[in-house]
Amino acid sequence: MLTIDQATYDAIIAHARKDHPDEACGVVAGPIGSDVPARFIPMLNAAMSPTFYEFDSVDLLKLYREMDDNDEEPVVVYHSHTSTEAYPSRTDIDLASEPSAHYVLVSTRDGAHEGGPVEFRSYRIVDGEVTEEEVRVAPAYTDTAAIEEKAEH
Amino acid sequence: MAIEVRIPTILRTYTGGERAVDGGGSSVGELIDKLEASYEGIKERLVEDESVRRFVNIYVNDEDIRFTGGLDTGVADGDTVVILPAVAGGS
Repeated sequence: MLTIDQATYDAIIAHARKDHPDEACGVVAGPIGSDVPARFIPMLNAAMSPTFYEFDSVDLLKLYREMDDNDEEPVVVYHSHTSTEAYPSRTDIDLASEPSAHYVLVSTRDGAHEGGPVEFRSYRIVDGEVTEEEVRVAPAYTDTAAIEEKAEH
Repeated sequence: MAIEVRIPTILRTYTGGERAVDGGGSSVGELIDKLEASYEGIKERLVEDESVRRFVNIYVNDEDIRFTGGLDTGVADGDTVVILPAVAGGS
């Protein structure tokens, strides 16, 4: 199950709406082992394409260096599909390289840029195998104790 | 002093879980051959048809080797090599 706070959930959707019809992409980093998506990091889609996304290679290095320095990992890796459903494509599956991340797919195919609905789903992708999981949207992480408590489990 | 090679999560199965290993050689290509000698199978994940795989990024001292000569990019003791799989996909 993915547990994500309302503000981050909203930010991912807003990013997808804004970049429509191109695919939007990004990461939500969190403390290593916590499974808490705490730091929203929208990324530039270097492909600037309605059918493909790719982090710019320089941005990618910077992102991983920052996460290393902060003892973080990518808890959520998200991107949007702008004309298909929010389900990982063959390419998404082949290129998924973070077995412990939640892969969030949002679809803006139903007029999301004009205020239409946005589909928001989450998956694990491990060794080419896709498993959909429940998404629970929590109110804000009001104190770090909740995060730390979760990190211990 | 050796060359520090940072290994991404997805390839740590080859390095026994190590996040960083020591590398050698005078070019990235040689460095990968030496890695292969210690961590069999890792080269296949990095190289295809004599060049870096399309969805793998390799950096020498923060420079993406695609812009510095690919596998011929020189390396020397004290350098840091970072390997990162692309974060990419498509609908």
